[in-house]
Amino acid sequence: MPTYRPGPVSLVLAALVALFLLLPLLAVIPVSLTPTRMLAMPSGELSLRHYRALTEDPRWINSILLSIRIGVVSSAFSTVLALCFSLGVWMFQPRFTAALVGFVLLPMVVPPVVSAITLYFLLTSISGVSSFFGYDTWLGVAMAHAVMTVPFATVLILVSLSQLDRRIDLAARGLGATVWERATRIIMPNIKFGIVTAALLSFVLSWEEIGVTLFITSVNAITLPRLMWMGLRDNIDPAIAALSVILIIITVLVLAARSVVVRLRRPN
Amino acid sequence: MKAYLSDRMGAALLMAPLLLFLGAAYAWPFFGVVNWSFTLPEPGLGQYGTLLSDPLVQSVFVRTLRIAAIVTIVSVAAAYAITVVWVRGTPAQRVIAEFCILVPFWISVLTRAFGWVALLSNRGLFNTWLQAIGFISEPLTLVRNEFGVIVGMTHFLIPFAVFPLASSMRSLDDRVLLAARGLGSSRMRTFWSVFVPMTRSGIIGSALIVFVFSLGFFVTPAILGGGRSVMVAELIYLRIFQSPDWGLGAAISVVLVLFVGALMALVFRYVRPKQLI
Repeated sequence: MPTYRPGPVSLVLAALVALFLLLPLLAVIPVSLTPTRMLAMPSGELSLRHYRALTEDPRWINSILLSIRIGVVSSAFSTVLALCFSLGVWMFQPRFTAALVGFVLLPMVVPPVVSAITLYFLLTSISGVSSFFGYDTWLGVAMAHAVMTVPFATVLILVSLSQLDRRIDLAARGLGATVWERATRIIMPNIKFGIVTAALLSFVLSWEEIGVTLFITSVNAITLPRLMWMGLRDNIDPAIAALSVILIIITVLVLAARSVVVRLRRPN
Repeated sequence: MKAYLSDRMGAALLMAPLLLFLGAAYAWPFFGVVNWSFTLPEPGLGQYGTLLSDPLVQSVFVRTLRIAAIVTIVSVAAAYAITVVWVRGTPAQRVIAEFCILVPFWISVLTRAFGWVALLSNRGLFNTWLQAIGFISEPLTLVRNEFGVIVGMTHFLIPFAVFPLASSMRSLDDRVLLAARGLGSSRMRTFWSVFVPMTRSGIIGSALIVFVFSLGFFVTPAILGGGRSVMVAELIYLRIFQSPDWGLGAAISVVLVLFVGALMALVFRYVRPKQLI
């Protein structure tokens, strides 16, 4: 029980910061209801036309479907690779573990714009060989996203492995389980929450990835953030406000559901 | 001996796919970019010479450092204020603070930048309101300039600044604060002379994380700066796509990586990596 609670000055300052953090998220709500074709505050009547545009305009629908496809493929790929790598680290504790993990975490710490130019180099090089896998293709984007999300998946899985009791693995080993049995029947069932979280986080990171995607797509592989970007740079399309409101609502619902799950999993 | 060998084989087999993937899809092309910086348009150190002498490139670097420094100070101070309540508030205060930190954290950078455009643009909320109450007659220019960039980046980076601060505040021993109060120090004095110094590692960690992040920031400055307040990352983008000068773009990237690497080394000299999470 903390005996030292924040005083009135702290509370006022924190409330100001909280307001600052929520303000831009709240601001998109009125804009999304404007009846005009331009970005403006609604004056008088409200309209849902920008929400309708999202469901009727094929550009938005195609981008949403493409982003889901890329997210699923890149998340599956990065989760499997991260899981194998983390199992290797945890079960065998090889030498140079720190250096190897550090190498895997590089895409997370290198400035995103440098990763972007690096992946641009990679995909344009591949484009010279293959036309359906390289610059401005959905497979190329999925691979680039896997590079960017795999460090996060690895961190999450390594963290949940670090909370696992080594003695259950030793017991399985002593009873004659093979490496495959230990991994799939002893270790993985115990870290499944971490694996699912890693897959979800990878999907979300891919779903909203823009910094790298801008460098590696031009006209074919238009993901949802890429389409939003185009709408934000030129003249601002209020459909982006409608989309933002929907994304914010989904985020709040998922976070609320997550906090309920976390509370239920806790024994007390 | 056999078991030892099979252990090593198993580790190698499990770890190889990811290491090979990142080696081929990340390390190799990075050296390709380094190679560009020395060979395009002609072999030599010419692009690094340009970097040192071109006034445009230099002004972008200076602006980036200035914006990063301002954003770091404001973000860490703001994060400190809300983290105090998140870590040490009553249960209800904690839930509210956590909501205000985590919801923006999970929302995409584009949505958040767009929210600021909706608030600050000429026909946005602020200008509409200020004009409605007669406070101003002409809309204020709040975006497409450095002010908009700083506001947007601070908003993006506050949640990242919170986590190292929170971990250092959680590990602080309450009895020290009680002792200070018991010895007659006021609340203010206890805060400034005991609480803040004891969370120093969190402050250093969060300042360096925010600073490093803001050096390579791309999306927010590009949207809220409107092409007028170009930072290093946007300069790289422009050199690659608008005035194709891949060599210079690559050289700027290499310098950025070296600079960030040096800063990260500094982080880990003062704070252990575990304290940052």
